[in-house]
Amino acid sequence: MGRKWIFTLFALVLACSLILASGQVQAADEKAQFFGLLIYRTGPFAAGGSGMGSGWEDFMELRNMQGGVNGIKYAWEECETAYNTARGVECYERLKDKAVLFHPWSTGITYALIPRGTKEEKVIFSSGYGRADASDGSVFPWVFTTPTNYWSQNSAKIKFIGEKMGGMDKLKGLKIANLHIDVPYGQETKPMLDALAEKFGFTIQHFPVPWPGIDQKAQWMDIVRRFKADWVINRNWGVSCTVPLKEAARLGFPRERVLGVWWCGSEEDVLPAGPAAKGYYSANFHGSGKDFPLVKEIIDKVYGTMKGHMAFTRVGSVYWSRGIYIGVVTEEAILTAHKKFGVKVLTGEEIRWGMENLNITAERIKELGLEGFMSPIKTSCENHEGGNIVLFQQWDGEKWVPAGTQTPMNDFVWPLIKESAAKYAKEQGITPKDCK
Amino acid sequence: MLYRECGNFKDNYAKDMAIFPIPLDRWGLGIMLVFAFLVIPFTASDYWLSSIMIPFYCFSLAALGLNFLTGYAGQVSLGHAAFMAVGAYSSLILYGRYGIPLVPSILGGGIVSAIVGSIFGIPSLRIKGFYLAVSTLAAQFIIEWVLTHWKWVSGGVFGTIDVPNLYIFGALLDTPLKKYYLVLCIVALMITFGKNLVRGQLGRNWMAIRDMDVAAEIIGVSLFRYKLIAFAVSSFYAGVAGALITITYYGAANIEEFNLFLSFHLLGMIIIGGMGTILGSFLGAGFMVLLPIFINQSMLTFMERVPSNLRANSEAIVFGGLIVFFLIVEPYGMARLWHTIKEKMRLWPFPY
Repeated sequence: MGRKWIFTLFALVLACSLILASGQVQAADEKAQFFGLLIYRTGPFAAGGSGMGSGWEDFMELRNMQGGVNGIKYAWEECETAYNTARGVECYERLKDKAVLFHPWSTGITYALIPRGTKEEKVIFSSGYGRADASDGSVFPWVFTTPTNYWSQNSAKIKFIGEKMGGMDKLKGLKIANLHIDVPYGQETKPMLDALAEKFGFTIQHFPVPWPGIDQKAQWMDIVRRFKADWVINRNWGVSCTVPLKEAARLGFPRERVLGVWWCGSEEDVLPAGPAAKGYYSANFHGSGKDFPLVKEIIDKVYGTMKGHMAFTRVGSVYWSRGIYIGVVTEEAILTAHKKFGVKVLTGEEIRWGMENLNITAERIKELGLEGFMSPIKTSCENHEGGNIVLFQQWDGEKWVPAGTQTPMNDFVWPLIKESAAKYAKEQGITPKDCK
Repeated sequence: MLYRECGNFKDNYAKDMAIFPIPLDRWGLGIMLVFAFLVIPFTASDYWLSSIMIPFYCFSLAALGLNFLTGYAGQVSLGHAAFMAVGAYSSLILYGRYGIPLVPSILGGGIVSAIVGSIFGIPSLRIKGFYLAVSTLAAQFIIEWVLTHWKWVSGGVFGTIDVPNLYIFGALLDTPLKKYYLVLCIVALMITFGKNLVRGQLGRNWMAIRDMDVAAEIIGVSLFRYKLIAFAVSSFYAGVAGALITITYYGAANIEEFNLFLSFHLLGMIIIGGMGTILGSFLGAGFMVLLPIFINQSMLTFMERVPSNLRANSEAIVFGGLIVFFLIVEPYGMARLWHTIKEKMRLWPFPY
């Protein structure tokens, strides 16, 4: 008999939840700019997803407390993707009627959303990830890689290595190992680095790490004992970011010679490695910490009234700050669009125009209370990158310390972007937009 | 009366050989087909069509493919996501680069996948059980590696082929409704074919191999031939499913979608749905694909005030709990539940 009861109860609960879920009416505020947040608080990359999502939400919460953007409040809904493309597309479909701008937060979801967004007039804002050639706005009008894409980032990394070695001419004869996770995301920079190696005369060797990259012993033996690398570029994601630091410590490879991608440069990546992480460099495109006036305001007003979206201990971490960064850039796009189209809830085309005409100057950054947090951004119809500066940071065992900035080698990277985008346009039958 | 048989009364061969011996099934299936073809397309929103129904059909098809191999022929495979990837990539190459019409390209993707699948099926002749699972695991890794590194296939540094505009008989396939019909037609045809396949000699040979391969060999079933056919048919279904989901849902063939997790997911679908049943593939796919979405959506309603961290994680907790619950209540899968109900009803009110 007991089983019958459990069954009935279970069926009832399920039925109720289905009815509620399908009949759920969203209390859509007409005067609010809606965003659909495709984030992942579960799954293997939850550290990244929860940090970035919560940062953005905290920022929007603060603005709502202050009365919104020009009086228009933010509204948002979270949708859990667990970094799974099928779920991500489902989330996009679920939210696309209300939202006009999406951050996919995953390479796979970005690839799936690019054709959809282009067709359905939704801005796909893949900030520092996704396709590098999507920076060409004439072929990808709806996609933005602001502030910098992977290729530009890697050219800046080579410059950074050159500077650390004491000049770009010192790169000659240097041995650089590109340790990358063996999925398309990890491989994307291989041709770029090969071309740079030819240009500057250093030797590059690629060391693929099979997904998910928890075991990297063999690769590290190769890197340190056989290849005898001078520098290692750590291009991993999630848990595989931490492993190289431990392996380097085990084999006595100096951590000051390990340089991470900006998805391997948060507290969540280095803390598990403990003291082994000390001295590790990573790229970034914004600052971190709690010392900026805007961040202090968020802590004071949002976390002070218990409205924060994340554990307070993680506030100020790199991933959380990335959420703030995204929020700020998105808001600047809204403000830019408000100037042209008037203060209202924006459509896809309007916010796209705003993204394309961003001009965040140093004064504006200071006004926002983020001096030293981010660098100026200026986008255009053709250039959907706009950042032009890559930040570097070093882990001192307790926190990230800024370690200088570099400009990407634009005259070297952009022809490659153009070429790749032209190939995409040809395959897809897209006529590039005339940006003149 | 729909199921008041109260015994087995079959007085001719046609009745004995009917696909669906009881009226309930015949009527039920007819109603469901009408529902799928006529009611859903005109009542469901684009969201439902494109992101609930299409993936559901595609994953059901993939699960059915795995069910042929694991449920009917008894060979475990942990490489089915990779076979889906082969189908996805090859159909896109056929369609996009060689201009072969859409439906033949999708089937062509399935055929390429079948060839690859039967190559990886060869070891099954000598190794069984867990050992075979490990060797198909190798298939997963090898295929993933090849697809990422063979630049001719993936077309450049991004390792991704985007789906071009789709034309079928000169008509542009753009709305979710049209895509839904494409998927539904192909899936319906392949299910019919599959159902008949397992009823025929082939299916019976598979089941003989599954139940005891030595005995099957003694009565004259060629293990080599039928195991390979099982791998071929199974990966054909997986390949078509992979091609369909890429073309109609993902919009880009990207190897990251077809990772090991998906292979485990497919195995989970048939275990929960019911091994060795057609219906089980659908129930299992529904359970694994749709239930998390429903849980997620209902969480939004119920737990408005709960911290979002807890809300996101509770989806995994509830889902995991349901898997355990179903496996305890019915270890043979959800299809067996239905089967038990049906058998009881056939003899009601005079059970043995």
